[in-house]
Amino acid sequence: MALVCLAGGVVGVSFGAIAVAGGLPVWLPVVMSLLVYAGSAQFSAVGILLAGGGPFAAAATGLLLNTRTAAFSLAVADVIGRGRFTRWIGAHLVTDETVAFTLAQPDPARRRAAFWISGLGLYASWNLCVLLGALAGSALGDTGRYGLDAAFPAVLVALVLPALRGDTGVRRAALAGAAAALALTPFVPVGVPVLMALTGLLLLGGRTA
Amino acid sequence: MSGTAPALAAVLALALGTYVFRLTGPLLHGRVELSARVRRLLSAGAVVLLVALLATGALTEARGFAGWARPAGVLAGGALAWRRAPFVLVVLGAAATTAALRMAGVG
Repeated sequence: MALVCLAGGVVGVSFGAIAVAGGLPVWLPVVMSLLVYAGSAQFSAVGILLAGGGPFAAAATGLLLNTRTAAFSLAVADVIGRGRFTRWIGAHLVTDETVAFTLAQPDPARRRAAFWISGLGLYASWNLCVLLGALAGSALGDTGRYGLDAAFPAVLVALVLPALRGDTGVRRAALAGAAAALALTPFVPVGVPVLMALTGLLLLGGRTA
Repeated sequence: MSGTAPALAAVLALALGTYVFRLTGPLLHGRVELSARVRRLLSAGAVVLLVALLATGALTEARGFAGWARPAGVLAGGALAWRRAPFVLVVLGAAATTAALRMAGVG
């Protein structure tokens, strides 16, 4: 648990630093983290904005990535409970990590505790670290010199590798999608190729081990 | 400020939409069950988008080739991730490789 907070913290610091070093104002990644609170969507949206893509492509890519949180929130609806206040707050804390922690617990009481402890803990550490990264990023200057432009794609590699390792269908769909996105890049506006990569899902097929 | 207004609009739209997604579960509490197929499509869709992002992010810049230093760094980070290195090493390894190549004169 503490380890995941720490790992999340490193991602948060790099997110803040990359966003600000790339030319966005310090408050933008900070506000984004508080309100959006979804690491991969934040990285993707900022990556598209920094690459010169329009706000529409940035928001659309982030939203497509976050459709899965709807499925996750269904999975933990029992745990969040029915109180009005807990529902509105709890919903915002639904992430890949909190759901994984919660569903790993054996009984309802422990699931509830795991959801709220991991949810609030991760929210606090993520936002604190984004703030630290954003403040550090403004002191960095020319980011190309530090190779920071390689950090964002590398972060994504680390995020997707577990999903790619175990599932040949997902691997096939992802490679086809990436090939389509790369082929389209010279010809369409920034941000659009990534959305077109979803055509790769046609190759997904059934579940395979 | 006009330069950051579109970025702020993107942030707010993303925040609002994401919160609606997250409210789905608590609001529909127990009334809907997603099929295994839909759940798989949603999670696979996220992976497909992320891989496309990392491929275009690693190889392209302003719709052209980004040069060799950046993809080499991403590859180094990916190799570390493949060996299950800690996250911080993946990020630092990628950045350090790219930085070192640039210092050596590779674009």
